[in-house]
Amino acid sequence: MPYSDTLDIRVTDSSLRDGSHAKRHRFTSDDVRSVVAALDDAGVPVIEVAHGDGLGGSSFTYGFSKTPEQELLRTAVETARRAVIAFLMLPGLGVKDDIRAAHDNGAGICRIATHCTEADIAVQHFGLARERGLETVGFLMMAHSTTPENLARQARIMADAGCQCVYVVDSAGAMVMDEVTDRVQALVAELGDDAQVGFHGHENLGLGTGNSVAAVRAGALQIDGSTRRLGAGAGNTPVEALAAVCAKMGIRTGIDVLKIIDAAEDVVRPVMDEECRLDRLALLMGHAGVYSSFLKHAYRQAGRYGVPGAEILLRAGERRLVGGQEDQLIDIALELAAARN
Amino acid sequence: MTRKTKATAAVVGSGNIGTDLLYKLLRSDLVEPRWMVGVDPGSDGLARARRLGLETTHEGVDALLAGDELPDLVFEATSASVHRAHAPRYAELGIRAIDLTPAAVGPAVVPPANLRAHLDRPNVNMITCGGQATIPMVYAVSRVVPVSYAEIVASVASVSAGPGTRANIDEFTRTTARGIETIGGAGRGKAVIILNPADPPVIMRDTVFCAVPEDADRAAVALSVKEVAEQVASYVPGYRLRGEPQFDDPSPESGGMARVAIFLEVEGAGDYLPPYAGNLDIMTAAATRVGEEFARALLAPGA
Repeated sequence: MPYSDTLDIRVTDSSLRDGSHAKRHRFTSDDVRSVVAALDDAGVPVIEVAHGDGLGGSSFTYGFSKTPEQELLRTAVETARRAVIAFLMLPGLGVKDDIRAAHDNGAGICRIATHCTEADIAVQHFGLARERGLETVGFLMMAHSTTPENLARQARIMADAGCQCVYVVDSAGAMVMDEVTDRVQALVAELGDDAQVGFHGHENLGLGTGNSVAAVRAGALQIDGSTRRLGAGAGNTPVEALAAVCAKMGIRTGIDVLKIIDAAEDVVRPVMDEECRLDRLALLMGHAGVYSSFLKHAYRQAGRYGVPGAEILLRAGERRLVGGQEDQLIDIALELAAARN
Repeated sequence: MTRKTKATAAVVGSGNIGTDLLYKLLRSDLVEPRWMVGVDPGSDGLARARRLGLETTHEGVDALLAGDELPDLVFEATSASVHRAHAPRYAELGIRAIDLTPAAVGPAVVPPANLRAHLDRPNVNMITCGGQATIPMVYAVSRVVPVSYAEIVASVASVSAGPGTRANIDEFTRTTARGIETIGGAGRGKAVIILNPADPPVIMRDTVFCAVPEDADRAAVALSVKEVAEQVASYVPGYRLRGEPQFDDPSPESGGMARVAIFLEVEGAGDYLPPYAGNLDIMTAAATRVGEEFARALLAPGA
């Protein structure tokens, strides 16, 4: 069954949220205005805007935002003519007041993320979002780290709490196609008509677009990407490539392929400090299953304490760190530095 | 008549927290746990309390409060709504209440920072596990230099976070953030809690960031942090600093603020709860410490 009469899938561009990690949370209102205008013109139906770690993420632990995220959200809402503006929040980090503020600023979709085994901490937030008439999306992060059966049980908790689409989120960019298929199928089987299923990919193994196609074939109706890959780690599924591939396969996304190709090159690239590359550390993250947002933090602590970034990330994998534990990367760097002396 | 040497206490709530607390109180020189109150006849905690010689009931506080002898202190480890109902009854009978639920009927206390300020109060609250672990460190910094902003990240094992915490995670972060301000002494506070499902379960880790003036006396801050950490370790033996406090100059990502970062781990004593659950252990250990301070005041000559 298609997403709607006119779309087979609905694409959400996350470059102004996941890309906040790559930008070290330095987006300006001008950046948001130009990117939203270009994506909106190209027909991207949903654009996500927030600190990389979601509402309330501006902090010592995750990096302070250059521009307050609610201001960026307001700018995005003012700029978009057709696209709906979405935001992300992580219970335990953001709070319900953040959701209220984002809604008051005109955002239409509330995306709530938990680690893939901890869905029940989001119940109160889904309740609030639905009460306020926001559309809801649930993010089960680090989905590679649990079984399809467990993931489906967690998706059920979110759906029962009021989530309208549960995403399989490959936060570490660690999943290969069959693993995506198994997880999306498990969620589709569990949720039936109660909620849709989505997929959020990263490029740490170079599989963002391939994994997204696998997700669509398995029944996912919502897919995330970031134009020009602007996201954490090696970046997200490039929306311009996803749109082109979908066009070839006859999957309707509503996105104008030529316009999004131009937007990637002419509008998004100039906003970026550098390309999101599949380099050593990014590939190691996919290989070892490490949360993509740790990348820039690992670089920073490696420089601060004179230890290899790769070792920081590998030890983060060994410690089974989950999203939000960026503080522990400093602890690991200190541990590595102490071992050298 | 010989003078009492210990204050008598009842533990209300016979679940994990109440039972772990019981073991700690049994070791106290100042508090004598005499009663354990539950609502479930099959409770493991009540069975253990009976074997240890306490008077037990599974019929709630009514049975306790109708008894011939009343406790000096009650430790409440039930839930916020249950404690809100019980609190006025304890107060009416002159029983001091140490509240381990999020009810916040009385002021929050963190032993090294503000305990003595509230010894005359009928009811005190133990805030949150993250607060008990991190507010002493914010206090340690703010008593040396002004702290305009402080932020904590508490990581705990998923299996140690009960359904109450999970359903009310916003209240956890907000209550802890408020405590960072009102008790820790920071101008503004922020709290983050992370649940980590790794198996075997991870022990509690806490990171405390405080914004400090660029020209702060770093040696004095570090010394104060060590002193207060030792004070906490005197009642929570598994409370440890992981290495030296780390000072960073201002940068764009730090919002232009100089900061100190303090890394902690909290291992439980393993009384009833497993050692990884340092987040629960620090609550029962701090409550014991608070109870002892109340007992000291009650037992003092002329009291």
